[in-house]
Amino acid sequence: MGAIGGCLMNAALPHDAFRHAFAYVLLEPVHEPVRWQAGAWAGQPGIAVYRNTVAKACIDALAANYPVVQRLVGEAWFRGMAAAYLQAQPPRDGRLLLYGQGLPDFVSQWTPDKSVPYLGGVAQLDRWWTEAHASADALTVSADDLSALPAEALAATSLLPHPAARWAWFDEVPVYSLWCRHRESPQADPLLGDITWQGEGALLTRPGGTVLWAPLSRGGVCFLAACSAGRCLSDAAAEAALAEPGLDLAALLALCLSQGALTKG
Amino acid sequence: MQRQLGAGLGLKPAHFEAALESKAPGLWFELHPENYLVEGGPRLAWLDALRQAHPLSLHGVSLSLAGDAPPAGQLADLRRLVDRVQPALVSEHLAWSFWQGVYFPDLLPFPRTQEALRRISANIDAVQSALGRTIAIENPSHYLHLTGHDWDEIDFLGELVRRTGCGLLLDVNNVQVSAHNLGFCAQTYLDRVPAEAIQEIHLAGYSQDPLLGPTLWIDSHDTPVSPAVWQLYQRLIDRIGTRPTLIERDGQVPEFEVLMAEREQAQAVHLEAAWAQSAAA
Repeated sequence: MGAIGGCLMNAALPHDAFRHAFAYVLLEPVHEPVRWQAGAWAGQPGIAVYRNTVAKACIDALAANYPVVQRLVGEAWFRGMAAAYLQAQPPRDGRLLLYGQGLPDFVSQWTPDKSVPYLGGVAQLDRWWTEAHASADALTVSADDLSALPAEALAATSLLPHPAARWAWFDEVPVYSLWCRHRESPQADPLLGDITWQGEGALLTRPGGTVLWAPLSRGGVCFLAACSAGRCLSDAAAEAALAEPGLDLAALLALCLSQGALTKG
Repeated sequence: MQRQLGAGLGLKPAHFEAALESKAPGLWFELHPENYLVEGGPRLAWLDALRQAHPLSLHGVSLSLAGDAPPAGQLADLRRLVDRVQPALVSEHLAWSFWQGVYFPDLLPFPRTQEALRRISANIDAVQSALGRTIAIENPSHYLHLTGHDWDEIDFLGELVRRTGCGLLLDVNNVQVSAHNLGFCAQTYLDRVPAEAIQEIHLAGYSQDPLLGPTLWIDSHDTPVSPAVWQLYQRLIDRIGTRPTLIERDGQVPEFEVLMAEREQAQAVHLEAAWAQSAAA
């Protein structure tokens, strides 16, 4: 896998030499010469306990962090992919609830025939759920806060997205519909024949203790990106309207406020 | 403070509401800080609520004390959590989990050499200094016969206590599993652990290795505490007196009431010993 580089005995101190060999035996495919070089312990049955514990903990963490991906592809396929991900990108943080940041890109490359073109996007939404769940808290802007402002002041106000807010537009495939259907109903039919096959946007937020999600139009994606860049509301609205002619700005702002997507800048 | 704690349970997210509402005397909860080292959100809100209802214990799994020096950022994050939840106990394992930046989610073994002793002492010092308090070190489960030990495990732990002022977390099930796998006497081991250093006790269940069967036991935490471990626990408490005692269950987790019933068994031992201590006094 390459995560444990170098030859077995290149560490300077005996304690580190042992740890280097042990780490190598834990993650690499083990062949007899490796066992012999590492030490007699590497040939004992108990080494499998450590190998299994490490692999199971990592793969279980990925399954917990990517529940919709696993529902879409099935447990056997998911665990095979997760084992390959572990070899390519083992955890580097003791907080396994955050493990798997690179999985959305990895899973896209893992399906090079494009037979499941939505999988990378679905994985991205699973990841955003985790990030929203664990992100910093912040006070959200309410409709009352905004209605207290004179019209000119409102137009000149900048509002930043909440630290938990995540949003994107997914071209061509109904990533949001697939994700939220399986997230909300684990037993959903994987084929989902009633979903229209078209591009969609998604918004995930966590204004309180619970992660919320909603569909987001192309103009909404543009609006939040503009807010994130520090644009005032009138400029952000103008950019959104340019991206999506006919956009209902009042409805968009109401959606952002009800989902707790905005904080005071 | 520690000795006022009775029997506790490992905190399971699914049991959070029941844990919050329980009024059982002496009850406390232990959790892995790694699951709560986040910037915000519901996990920290749960802890804020739970610490108002019960004493908490932070039981780390990733400080990798037998490895490189813990990163300053990791220690600062842990300090913030300690300051926030004001735990009654803080503990870690006699093991390592990181190598070259890769995290191995397990408690890995090492030869107990002079060099390992120096390294681990320095790391415990660093952790205790960063947290502003002592921590307790847990004896691990063993699955391998390693050579190159300069120290017996109990003497090694005792020397860590002497050098750093840390306490010990004595996991009776780990002793039982290790004794079976490595071929030593669990009772003799437990009889030798210095009583005054023991700050906390862990009890859990084990299982046989799915492939090797009875020749290798796994510290699986997915079954009730075994009768043999209960006997070892009783003998230990008869020798050292009461200590905060945790029932661990991480796999095949049953309903909260089932765990509480198992916890009651430890609480009964605890109360009986407390009575005997007060009568003797």
